[in-house]
Amino acid sequence: MKKHLLSINDLTAADALEILNTARELAKISDGPVKKLPTLRGRTVVNLFFEDSTRTRISFESAAKRLSADVINFSAKGSSVSKGESLKDTAQTLQAMGADAVVIRHGASGAAQRLADSGWISASVINAGDGTHEHPTQALLDAYTIRSRFPEFRESFDGLKVGIVGDILHSRVARSNVLLLTKLGAHVTLIAPPTLIPVGVTDWKVDVSYNLDSIINSVDVLMVLRVQSERMADSFFPSEREYSRGYGLDLARLNSLKENAIVMHPGPMNRGLEISAESADSHKSVVLAQVSNGVLVRMAVLYQLLGGAALAGEVSV
Amino acid sequence: MATVLDAGEIGRALKRIAHEIIEHNRGLENVVLLGIPTRGAFLGERIAQFLGEIQTPVPVGTLDITLHRDDLRLRPPRPLLPTLIPSGGIEGKDVVLVDDVLFSGRTIRAALDALGEIGRPRTVQLAVLVDRGHRELPIRADYVGKNIPTAATESVKVRLSEIDGEDSVAIVAGA
Repeated sequence: MKKHLLSINDLTAADALEILNTARELAKISDGPVKKLPTLRGRTVVNLFFEDSTRTRISFESAAKRLSADVINFSAKGSSVSKGESLKDTAQTLQAMGADAVVIRHGASGAAQRLADSGWISASVINAGDGTHEHPTQALLDAYTIRSRFPEFRESFDGLKVGIVGDILHSRVARSNVLLLTKLGAHVTLIAPPTLIPVGVTDWKVDVSYNLDSIINSVDVLMVLRVQSERMADSFFPSEREYSRGYGLDLARLNSLKENAIVMHPGPMNRGLEISAESADSHKSVVLAQVSNGVLVRMAVLYQLLGGAALAGEVSV
Repeated sequence: MATVLDAGEIGRALKRIAHEIIEHNRGLENVVLLGIPTRGAFLGERIAQFLGEIQTPVPVGTLDITLHRDDLRLRPPRPLLPTLIPSGGIEGKDVVLVDDVLFSGRTIRAALDALGEIGRPRTVQLAVLVDRGHRELPIRADYVGKNIPTAATESVKVRLSEIDGEDSVAIVAGA
């Protein structure tokens, strides 16, 4: 595996499966009475969050702490960033403090890449969401959740049908998931109004549909995305009500899903907009499993990036 | 490469260890076997098989120690191996750790730490197929298949039919 995790493209299918397998072993250990492992003792993980986040930040914090790493939380609000400090100066401050890994979330696409390539810091950089670009650990935890729900797709997602519905255009979760799921062999269909489908979608190995009802009964996994009002400067659909009627997962649509199909949502949910309360709380919903799996997958990523020697050379056993 | 144990000798050594475990614990009521992957896990299964034939089946599982190693930073990240704790757990049990080769003792130290995360056994015992000496920690085995004096530069190669296609133990000269 590479030193940084910036994009799903940094991973081969084998790397991804290795992370998922590691997470599965960690799950078994985490069932025990003692949840803390000594593996990353003495290492420092910095959570560098320029955008709001609940799930991802506490998930990374909890993952690092369970591996005994020291965690420093940094959020742009209440820091010198609000006084105008640049990413470079912030990064160099973290370098001076001896960070071994920096988990960064930033509103600008490519911020994680910039931090990794800049030479400002020597730490491993983990992208926890950059603008509308990527969110690789979310895709990994989604793949983990799918794998644990569908034992028949444990080794490969060949034949698995996934529908991703909603605001594809602004969604880093969708982007990372498309890359990872297709890498593992799944067949992905993106479902959204034409205004929320990115222009470059023809280069992706996916199908596109504008009609949720026409494919809802054929998917094994339906991933519902949040409508990201904060990234929408223009109006992409006439009204929330109209969006909800065309693309929201209501009770009728929930009932037309396959018997063993699952519903996923990266959170936070806009109940009543893209997903109804009945759907969010139904037995098909794996939203909470996604959250707890997130900690395991992030532990696996931290272990893969920080658990070994800095220079990965051949060492005799 | 000099072969020091063949398939027959490995089988007899494991059977003798099985008898010693019964003798030492005065029965098997409270005994749990935990093999350390990869090869220790297979040896654990085999000893359990013998125990079942001689007296009564015992719970058998595996214990991965990767996350507790003290040399993690000296090597690239290693894949985790399966940990399977028998359903009865290890709380208050007499746990017999099983590994293929006892060398520095560091693996066993890590295994003791890993065990502590799972529960508090009444006793922890150690069974190894080969004790090759050169301990770096105050650790000893309770049951030894064979003591093999080696030079620190040599390495001991254990091959088991489950993954290597044959049973043998050989000493390989150092590079």
